[in-house]
Amino acid sequence: MNELVFFVNNVVIAGSVTGAIYAIGAIGVTLIFSIMRFAHFAHADMMTFGAFMVLVLTTAFPGIGMGIGVPTAIVMLPIAMLLTALLAVGIDKTFYKPLRAHGVKPIVMVIASLGVTLILQGLIRLFAGTGGQGLYVDDRKAIFRMLPFEDVRVPIVITEPQVYLFGITLLAVIALHLFLSRSRLGKAMRAMSDNPELAQASGINTNTIVAVTWVIAGGLAAIAGTLLSLDVTFKPDLSFFLLLPIFAAAIVGGVGHPYGAVAGGFVVGFAETLAVFNWAVLLRPFRDSLPTWLELPSNLAFVGTEYKIVVPFFILVAILVWRPTGIFKGKVI
Amino acid sequence: MADSNYTPQDATPRASRLPLREICLFGALLITIVGVYAAMGAAYSTRMLVEAACYAVLALGLTIQWGYAGQFNAGVMGFVALGGVSAMLFSVPVNDAFWNSELPAELGKVLLYAIGATLLVVAATKLTRLGVPKRVRTVFAVLLAIVLYMVVISLLRDVTADIESQADFVGGLGLPPWLGWIFGGALAGVVGYFIGHVCLGLRSDYLAIATLGIAEIIKAFLKNSDWLTRGTATVSPLPWPTPGPAELGFTLSRAIYLSLTAVIIAGIFFLLHQAYHAPWGRMIRAIRDNEISSAAMGKDINKRRLEIFVLGCILMGIGGGMLASFNSLFDPNGYLPLNHTFLVLVMVILGGPGNNLGTIFGAVAVYIIWIMSEPLALYLMDLAVAFGAFAFDWQAPANIDSRALQARVLVIGVLVTLVLRFAPKGLLPERVRHHD
Repeated sequence: MNELVFFVNNVVIAGSVTGAIYAIGAIGVTLIFSIMRFAHFAHADMMTFGAFMVLVLTTAFPGIGMGIGVPTAIVMLPIAMLLTALLAVGIDKTFYKPLRAHGVKPIVMVIASLGVTLILQGLIRLFAGTGGQGLYVDDRKAIFRMLPFEDVRVPIVITEPQVYLFGITLLAVIALHLFLSRSRLGKAMRAMSDNPELAQASGINTNTIVAVTWVIAGGLAAIAGTLLSLDVTFKPDLSFFLLLPIFAAAIVGGVGHPYGAVAGGFVVGFAETLAVFNWAVLLRPFRDSLPTWLELPSNLAFVGTEYKIVVPFFILVAILVWRPTGIFKGKVI
Repeated sequence: MADSNYTPQDATPRASRLPLREICLFGALLITIVGVYAAMGAAYSTRMLVEAACYAVLALGLTIQWGYAGQFNAGVMGFVALGGVSAMLFSVPVNDAFWNSELPAELGKVLLYAIGATLLVVAATKLTRLGVPKRVRTVFAVLLAIVLYMVVISLLRDVTADIESQADFVGGLGLPPWLGWIFGGALAGVVGYFIGHVCLGLRSDYLAIATLGIAEIIKAFLKNSDWLTRGTATVSPLPWPTPGPAELGFTLSRAIYLSLTAVIIAGIFFLLHQAYHAPWGRMIRAIRDNEISSAAMGKDINKRRLEIFVLGCILMGIGGGMLASFNSLFDPNGYLPLNHTFLVLVMVILGGPGNNLGTIFGAVAVYIIWIMSEPLALYLMDLAVAFGAFAFDWQAPANIDSRALQARVLVIGVLVTLVLRFAPKGLLPERVRHHD
C-alpha cells in the first residue's frame, strides 16, 4: 500500500497540479490563437508578470491575509489579474495592433511576440533579480497529511497552495464556460473565432472582442503564474520551460477549443509526471513472484527529471503527425 | 526540372545604380571597427571580429530560412549547440582510459540493441500485412515500443554510469576541427530534416514552437549527458584548425583564424548568391511570395521548403562548430536562447532578411553593439546609482552588475519590435529585380 500512496503523491497529485497550471495557460493561448490567429509566445511571460505583481504586492503588504485566514498572495491575486489584464491590453495596443493594421503575416506577429517576451523578461529580471523567491512572505505554507489506510506509513501529502490551485482552476473554468456560452460578449467571441469577416459583417465590434480576449488571457495568465509560483517559487526565467507544454496542451486540445485546452493541459501534465515516475517502485511488491531471470533495474522511469521537457515536445510532434487538428477537432491554422 | 531550360533574357537589372546605401553603411561599420580597435586594443577587437564572423555564418543560415523562404526558426541555439558538440568530439584528444577498457564494446552493444529494437518496432507496425487488424497492431506496436525502450534505456543508463565513473567521458577523436564543423553541419541538417518534415506542411507558427522546443531538448541532453560532453564540467581546450595563441600570440593567431572564417563566409556567400539567382532561388522566392500560384505551377512546395530549412540548419551547425572551436571551450550551459537565437534573429531582421550582404552587415554591426553594450550598460547603471544615492538617498541593490546585464535582454526585445514596426525589410532590404 505504501507504493500506492507514493503513486498518488507523485503522479495523481503532482500531475493534477501541473495539469491545472498548463490548462489555465493553454486556455489563454488558445483564445488568442483563435481570435487573433497567431501563436502568442509572450504568454508565459505574462504569467511570470502576474506572479511578479503578486510578489510585489505581497511584499508591500505582508500582513493582510492573516486577518481573513488566507495567504496574502491569494488576496492579492485579483489585483494582479487586473494589472496583468491591463498590461496585456497595453501590449496589444503598442505592439500588435500597428502590425495588425499593416496586415502583416501571422508569423511576423509571432516574432513580435518574441520581442515582447524579451522585453517583459528583461523588465522582470531588472526589478526582481535572477534568483528565486517564495510567494509566502509572512504566511506559513500549510501542509495537509492524510493517512487513508490503517497499515500505511507514508501519508498522502497535499499542500495549501495546491488546494487553492484546484479550487481556483475549477472556478476559472466554470466562469469561462458561463461567459462563453451565456453572455452576449462570449457568444460574439465564439462567432469571431469561427469566422471573423462574418462576425464583423453582422455588427460585432471586433476591437472590443480583441480587448476582451486580452483581458481574459491576461487574467488567466496571472492566475496560472501565481499558482505555479505559490506551489514552488517565483523565478523570472520560468517562461521558457512553460511555453512548450502550454503550446503542446493547446494543440493537443485542438486550437480554438477552450475546453480542449483544459483537457490538453491535463494530458500534458499527467504525461510529464507519468514519464518521470519511477515504475520500479510499483513493481517492487511483486519482486518475489517475478521469474528469476528477470532482474528488475532500480530505475524504470521513461525519462529522467532533467529531460522532462522532452515529454511535451514528443506529444506535440506525435499530435502534429497523426492528428494536427487535436483530439477535439480544432482548427489547423 | 522544367524551368532550368528557361534562359532569362529580361532578368537583368534595369540600371546598375551606385550602391550608395551599401557604401555608407559599410563605411560607417568600418569606422566603428577602427574606433573599437583604437579603444580596446588589437587582441580584444580581433576576438570580437572573429566571433562576429561566426555569427555571420549563423545569420546567413537564418536569412535563407526566414528571408528566402519565410520560415521562422526559433531554435537556432539548438543547431549551434549541435555544431559545437560535434566540433568538440572530433577535435579533442583521444581518451585512452575509455578506449582501452571494455566500455566502447559495451556502448556499441547498447547501440546495436537500440537499432535492433527500432527495427523490431518498425516490423511490428507492418503487421497489418499479415492480416492483423489495424487496432490490434497499433496497440501491440506501442506496447512493444514501450517495453523495448525501457530495456534499452536501462542498459544505456548502466553503461553511461560506468563511463562516467571509470573514464570521465568518451573523449574526442583527435581529428582536425574542420571535420567536426562539417559533421556538425550534417548533424544539424538531419535534426532539421526531422523537424521540418513534421512541421513544414503546417502553418509557420508550428515550426516556431517546435524549433523552440528542440533547442531546449538539445541543450538539456548536452547538459545532462556527462558521459558524452562532461556536462556542466565543460570541455576545454578545443584545438584550433589554425596555429593557436600559444605559438603566435593572441593578435596574430586570431587574425589567422579570422581570415579562415572570412574565407568560409566568402565561399558560403558566393554559393548562396549563385543559388539565389538560379532558377531554384526564383522558385523558392515564388513559393514565399505566393504559395498558391507556385503550387498551381506544379512546384512541390513542401519539398522545397524542407530543402531550404535543412540548408539553413546545416549553416547554423557549421557556424556553431566554428564558434565553439574559437572559444576553445564547450560549455552546454553557455548556450542561451538570448545569445544564440534572438541575437541572430536581430542580426537578420535588422540587416535585411533575404539580402546576404545586409545579413553580414547586420551580424557584424549587431555583434559590436552587443559586445559594447556590456561596459556601456554598467557605466549607465553606475551613473544611475550615483544619481539615485545623491538625489533620493536610495540604496542600490547589491547585485546591480548582474542586473545591468539583464538590460541587454530588454534592449534586444525593444530592437526586435521596433525593427518589425518601422523597418520590416531591414537596413539593406532585399533587392527585388524589376523586369521590363
